[in-house]
Amino acid sequence: MPNQSEYNFAYLDEQSKRTIRRGLLKAVAIPGHQVPFAGREMPMPYGWGTGGVQVTASILGADDCLKVIDQGSDDTTNAVSIRRFFDKTALVETTTDTEAATVIQTRHRIPEQPLTNNQILVFQVPIPEPLRFIEPSESETMKMHALEEYGVMHVKLYEDIAHHGHIATTYAYPVHVNGRYVMDPSPIPKFDNPKMHMSDALLLFGAGREKRLYAIPPYTDVKSLDFDDHPFEIQQWDQSCALCGCEHSFLDEVIVNDEGERMFVCSDSHFCQQRVNAKLNMSEAVEV
Amino acid sequence: MKKPILEENAVLSVQSCQKLYGINRGCQDINFDLYPGEVLGIVGESGSGKSTLLNCLSGNNQPDHGAIIYRDSVGMAQDIYEMNEARRRLLMRSEFGIVKQNPKDGLRMRVSAGANIGERLMAVGDRHYGDIRTKAGDWLTQVEMPKDRLDDMPFEFSGGMQQRLQIARVLVTRPRLVLMDEPTGGLDVSVQAKLLDLIRSLVSELNLSVIMVTHDLAVARLLCDRLLVMQQSRVIEQGLTDQVLDDPQHPYTQLLVSSVLTP
Ligand SMILES: Nc1ncnc2c1ncn2[C@@H]1O[C@H](COP(=O)(O)OP(=O)(O)OP(=O)(O)O)[C@@H](O)[C@H]1O
Ligand SMILES: [Mg+2]
Ligand SMILES: [Zn+2]
Repeated sequence: MPNQSEYNFAYLDEQSKRTIRRGLLKAVAIPGHQVPFAGREMPMPYGWGTGGVQVTASILGADDCLKVIDQGSDDTTNAVSIRRFFDKTALVETTTDTEAATVIQTRHRIPEQPLTNNQILVFQVPIPEPLRFIEPSESETMKMHALEEYGVMHVKLYEDIAHHGHIATTYAYPVHVNGRYVMDPSPIPKFDNPKMHMSDALLLFGAGREKRLYAIPPYTDVKSLDFDDHPFEIQQWDQSCALCGCEHSFLDEVIVNDEGERMFVCSDSHFCQQRVNAKLNMSEAVEV
Repeated sequence: MKKPILEENAVLSVQSCQKLYGINRGCQDINFDLYPGEVLGIVGESGSGKSTLLNCLSGNNQPDHGAIIYRDSVGMAQDIYEMNEARRRLLMRSEFGIVKQNPKDGLRMRVSAGANIGERLMAVGDRHYGDIRTKAGDWLTQVEMPKDRLDDMPFEFSGGMQQRLQIARVLVTRPRLVLMDEPTGGLDVSVQAKLLDLIRSLVSELNLSVIMVTHDLAVARLLCDRLLVMQQSRVIEQGLTDQVLDDPQHPYTQLLVSSVLTP
């Protein structure tokens, strides 16, 4: 029998999923604002994306198609185990194809291929509070958000420039959402920040340990913090991808053999593979 | 809401301020006005309520009774606890300046001197790194510290330098009212003397209104135009500094001045 598993659909009980969805609705209504939720214990340790998994579990429907990426790749242990988890508990279709997915759970990356307005991207977030580095007290950070006291965010950027000559923050680069809340976009590279601005897809964020949800609804203004004389910039490489030749994707440096030889390849493995395949098809077509 | 009454020229008026933690512990029946450019000292023995009063004035300890009325830079007089919290906190980091006794409480120890000074500028919306840095450097010079210490961390500084940095951090937004709780406490006598000189010249140069807690009568004599003497939560005597110190009226002040009581 299809859709018959020993678990409730997507593991969590209906009541828990409803509670999380209620939190998500609130998060969507107040873009960038952190909404507390009663997190559930998941059969995996914190740090393995329990926040993201709970969000995914709450929004999955029977005819959704799920993709999971970790470090841009569909094949890492973490990505595979989360995909298997939903494969087993929700019996939903899974995929590595960005275009085919309706829900994508991610850690570290936003896919290179532009997402569409029938897709949802779910981020698993380790530290949701962008002000935490300077203010340990939870009640104080809540007050700072409530009163839009965000001057300290620029203190951090100031320090970067004073010590490195440029803004050295490259991951979890803070953004100002909808002109109101300052938000930590989770540890994606700042390269991906511009993809959040006016995104067609809904972006949902779940932090398991700290039990927080937040969201960027489609077509929301998302601005990376910067100074007038040190504007926000994304990473750039002198190389292009050694496999597909792409010149505008986020590259990882990988060691390719025992001699320690290195090369730069796309971090988004599906994107790269697709480009390689397209090239092969092209050259076959030429040969014929 | 009562319309706040404030003497025409006063920048601050404290009216029947009371904050008690127990019988005669804290402060009560406190009344005084502060005028622009004036330095008011609060003296008294340990536990007499000096810090409690100062905390009431600095917006982070709401009195049980009474009013603390401040006239802002555009001339509007308002009780600081009647305004909404957003406005109060904004005032505290723009028009008010608060210098803590322990520099660790008033500085961010893990960011550079420049960032410490720049923070209030960024908090009120400055977004030009170069400008912020220039201003921070200028203020470091103003408090007589070498400009090349701009990127050093506060924990690398001596106690006296930390206190100078704290003063620069507060003054950078040109506050109108500065509150200091024992700013020279815990420092060597020679370091203290230099810091007092600096405070004195900044006060006259910038025409600051200052309320300063101290239990050192020599400091009071050097810096303060007027004194409030506190004992067991109450002001028992107030007046011009010379008057209070040379011709004390209250028996407690007489003891204090004759150094029979060493606070
Ligand atoms: N948060 C508090 N809770 C309870 N009691 C307090 C609190 N703050 C102050 N007190 C009490 O109020 C009284 C006045 O304290 P305060 O700190 O204002 O004195 P002070 O004049 O500043 O003394 P010192 O010169 O030692 O700094 C003391 O008896 C103190 O124990
Ligand atoms: Mg005190
Ligand atoms: Zn590639």
